[in-house]
Amino acid sequence: MLDQLEQKARQALDATPDSDALAAWHRHYLGKKGAATQMLRSVSALPPEERPAFGQAVNRLKRALETAFEARQAVIQRQEMEQQLASGAIDVTLSGRPTGPGHLHLTTQTLRQIYAIFAGMGFQVYEAPDVETDELNFGLLNMPPEHPARDMWDTFWIGDQVLLRTHTSPGQIRVMRERYPEPIRVILPGKCYRYEQITARAEHQFYQVEGLAVGRGIQMTDLIGTLTEFARRFYEPDRRIRIRGSYFPFTEPSIEADMDCILCNGKGCRVCKYSGWLEVCGAGMVHPVVLQNGGYDPEEWSGFAFGFGVERPAMVKYGIDDIRYFYGNDLRFSTQF
Amino acid sequence: MLVPVSWLREYVEIQLPPHELAERLTLAGLDVESIKLIGLPGAELPWQPEKILVGELLAVHPHPDADRLVLAEVDYGGPEPEVVVSGPPSLLPLRGQSGLQRKVVFALEGARLWDPYAAEPKIKTLKATKIRGVASRAMVCSEKELGLSDEHEDIIYLPDDAPVGTPLVDYLGDAVFDIDIKGPFAHLYSIVGVARETAALLGTALRRDVLEVLDRHPAELTPTTDFIELEIADPDLCSRYTAAFIRGVTVGPSPFWMQTRLRRAGMRPINNIVDVTNYVMLELGQPLHAFDYHVLRPRPGEERPAIVVRRARPGERMATLDRVQRTFDGEMLLITDGGGPVAVAGVMGGLDSEVETKTEDILLESANFDFLNVRRTSRLLGLASEASLRFGRQVDPELTVTAAARAAHLMAELGGGTVVPVIGDVYPGRHAPTAIKFDPAEATRILGIEVPVDTITRILASLEFQVAEDNQRPGILQVTPPSHRPDVTRPVDLVEEVARIWGYDRFPTTLLRDELPPQRANLRLLGAERVRDILAGCGLDEVITYSLVDLEDEGNLLQTEANAGEYLRVINPLSAERSYLRRTLLPTLLHTARENLRFLERVNIFEIGAVYLPRKGELLPDEPRRLGIVMTGPREERSWLPGQDREAVGFYTLKGVTEALLKGLGLEGVFEPGAHAAFHPGRCAQLQVGGEVVGVMGEIHPAVREAFDLPAQPLCALELDLDRLLACWGAPRTLEPLSTHPPVYEDLALVVGQETPALQVRDLIAQAGQPLLRSVTLFDVYCGEQVAAGKKSLAYRLTYQADDRTLTDREVGRLREKIIRRLERELGAVLRG
Repeated sequence: MLDQLEQKARQALDATPDSDALAAWHRHYLGKKGAATQMLRSVSALPPEERPAFGQAVNRLKRALETAFEARQAVIQRQEMEQQLASGAIDVTLSGRPTGPGHLHLTTQTLRQIYAIFAGMGFQVYEAPDVETDELNFGLLNMPPEHPARDMWDTFWIGDQVLLRTHTSPGQIRVMRERYPEPIRVILPGKCYRYEQITARAEHQFYQVEGLAVGRGIQMTDLIGTLTEFARRFYEPDRRIRIRGSYFPFTEPSIEADMDCILCNGKGCRVCKYSGWLEVCGAGMVHPVVLQNGGYDPEEWSGFAFGFGVERPAMVKYGIDDIRYFYGNDLRFSTQF
Repeated sequence: MLVPVSWLREYVEIQLPPHELAERLTLAGLDVESIKLIGLPGAELPWQPEKILVGELLAVHPHPDADRLVLAEVDYGGPEPEVVVSGPPSLLPLRGQSGLQRKVVFALEGARLWDPYAAEPKIKTLKATKIRGVASRAMVCSEKELGLSDEHEDIIYLPDDAPVGTPLVDYLGDAVFDIDIKGPFAHLYSIVGVARETAALLGTALRRDVLEVLDRHPAELTPTTDFIELEIADPDLCSRYTAAFIRGVTVGPSPFWMQTRLRRAGMRPINNIVDVTNYVMLELGQPLHAFDYHVLRPRPGEERPAIVVRRARPGERMATLDRVQRTFDGEMLLITDGGGPVAVAGVMGGLDSEVETKTEDILLESANFDFLNVRRTSRLLGLASEASLRFGRQVDPELTVTAAARAAHLMAELGGGTVVPVIGDVYPGRHAPTAIKFDPAEATRILGIEVPVDTITRILASLEFQVAEDNQRPGILQVTPPSHRPDVTRPVDLVEEVARIWGYDRFPTTLLRDELPPQRANLRLLGAERVRDILAGCGLDEVITYSLVDLEDEGNLLQTEANAGEYLRVINPLSAERSYLRRTLLPTLLHTARENLRFLERVNIFEIGAVYLPRKGELLPDEPRRLGIVMTGPREERSWLPGQDREAVGFYTLKGVTEALLKGLGLEGVFEPGAHAAFHPGRCAQLQVGGEVVGVMGEIHPAVREAFDLPAQPLCALELDLDRLLACWGAPRTLEPLSTHPPVYEDLALVVGQETPALQVRDLIAQAGQPLLRSVTLFDVYCGEQVAAGKKSLAYRLTYQADDRTLTDREVGRLREKIIRRLERELGAVLRG
């Protein structure tokens, strides 16, 4: 009798289609007035010696059906959830709710990369003003009035002695005078100005980063190593660097660093003017006069300095052929980066 | 400077191919910016060695069938002379003549040459053909066909000593370097100067023949000569004046070789005399000037003509060779004769003493002038020349006599005259050379490489520095720079010479091993970067505008004429629009918004940058950093989603961004009604942080909007003093404990007067609710039918919480009563049912 009931109950359980039917099944077989309970109640009709065995058998049956019920319930819940999810499908190709970040200026982004690379080598940022004295921009950098090297920079003049800095180099004197007698490792970023007609290649306002290291044992090979490290981290790790002699009034010896052209890998193309090399920066060992003007005894101290424009590397890196995009502030340009 | 390698080879033996030589020079600081190849492999038109040859024109025969053509018989080194049909004007009169021995360029069948008749440059291949019935399978070439010039009227004639049968590329092929000379160094503005560097780099010797011309042609040097009276009246500006005298020359064209070299070096041949002055200037770097001797006047009562070097009398005038009348100031140095100015010293000769075809006797000037004065004169007259280019870079005063002798003998050689063996020479500015004490260890200290002392000595000697051991101090060198290196005055200058000749390509790289300086936090930079990140996070795009602005724009912003006296002005601006240094970021931001609105419907931008505020009694201005924001267009981008906010940005949009900025910086700000000419008078707030006003924000005044040609849509802007804002940033903070007890929420709707600022209500609630009231959030503002006229309803959600217990209804009720009483008493607020 119990076997019959179990068989019937299991058949009915397997046939339950949904949660409602399952609940009905539970009521029917295992509820307070269910078949199993009824069966238990019928125990009184049995002879007393059979009662315990029967009671145990009924309870076993109840437990078995309860277990089967739970298994079936899990299956049905899963099925029902899947049905529900299927009907809740949406078009995932529709665009999302507009939100989110704006864009930092490409110059800012480039500066941050530069800061990070040099921070790794112990260089910290030092900022100096845009409006400078003739003395700091030229004189103390070993270019007294009428020095022919002044021709290298076309200058916006504010007065006899005041100008818009043509390069970040006056910051060298400022930081040396402020930090003496500490050793120095700084980079000096900032806006510079040159009296130049604005073209695809030239802007009257641009950013430069100057680097300055002063210490008791700083050497040309350190400078070359530092510039190589920068080029490889800013561009790609296997870039080659070429150092050539140059002239700047505030460094001696003076050099320029080139990197093999990232577009043609040194074979020669329009961007590198078919030389295979791109100019990375001008640099050199700090001229003794400049060290002296900064308060450092050139016989005891030595140092290196370098400087480069910020836009040019970004232009090379992103294939930008017109510098006017930078400060033209067309958002269709800025938001690409 | 243009340097033909063929010319360089005259002074130094070069085995390297041109591009390798160029690389060596470039690394040593003589930056070869480009190489122009002439006829060599790799040139635009390589002259095929087997096809284009030096030929000898033997005879010219008449063409049987054409008057304008001839048959030229040319020996090109082949088994038989070749006869070709040709028609250049110079051959027509030679018809019937033989034994001509004229050297020409002969191209054989298959030669590739420029097509002289093509509209666009085009190379054609020479084919055998028949011209008027006569077969012709080669040709005599013009300069244009070889790519030497545009000359195609006549064929090119080579010098008589050109070797017949030699490939033209070997005879005339060349590479011309365009060298960018960095720095004010006259010694590199000459072929010999570059040759000296080349010799040092290649470890070979410089051929010094031209420098030793006086050994072959001795001359007496004397300040007083029979032919000219020399006086340097202003020796501070003229350290030396040398004059040579050449008699009986015939002015005519200079020879092919000289013209070729001049052209390749970028100069136009004029006549043999002028060409020699240019040639020797290019060769040695000493500018020269040839006067027609008979034009030079004596001083009154004198026989000999005179040359007086003196400062101009203010207002003195003279026409220069370029046929421009020049007026001089009292600092400009002139060459004068007994009658007046004949040249601007070191810059340009005068028109009246120019060498002409009839000139027979030449007075050749070879002088040395103060470089700063030459630069000044050249700049003020707006007159630059090859001479001023060199004199402006400190020419070696020891060079004058050598150059004068070299040029005089070349003139005599080419012009058939005689050189008077007396050279006038006044030299008041002679300097004894100074030796530099040089410790070779200095090279290692600065460079980081070990260069052996004998290598150092060899390098310096190769550049003509005299190196001797110091008698007193062993190991220390006494180095005397040659007279052409006035730029070398310190040991470190010698280090540079060693480094660049040793070769930077041989330097190893090292990373800084020196002591690391103290590292400092840079809050100024960090603060600005934090602000950038927050604002970009709010959806704003960063821009960087020009610091130089138009004063009119500043006026448009302030709605009154800007006071120019408050601004720094550029004396030499590029344009009126870029002539003043800005005092505010807003005008350029408004321009940027306008430009972008042409393409975009939403413009939300910010800039961080300095403004420039002149300070009384200070040379330099204050340069505080400002933050500027401009927002316009719909609040949300257009999309398909329901519930999107397409309303125009307004005051509260910008205020939300400003509050986000404050929150991001962990700052408390107070907004109060503000007043600023650029803003809507009722929609302008000033922001206080840390008790100080840091800036202003609001909706831009419609009149300002119009003045900036902006479309008629709301536009909000902000300008803050970033340094003041950040002054309070970064202060240490301590954690407020997080309560684990449940909060109690309660809503409170109040009716207050329309004029009552929301901030006041909020502050009062917050104060009265102490210490359990944790937050007050305004969630509804209403005025309309449900409230009396002149009133508004404000609904707040209050959150109460204690750190140590769960609040009871009684506690909260008591606090609520307290808050309501304060509001009633102080603001006349009424609780709304």
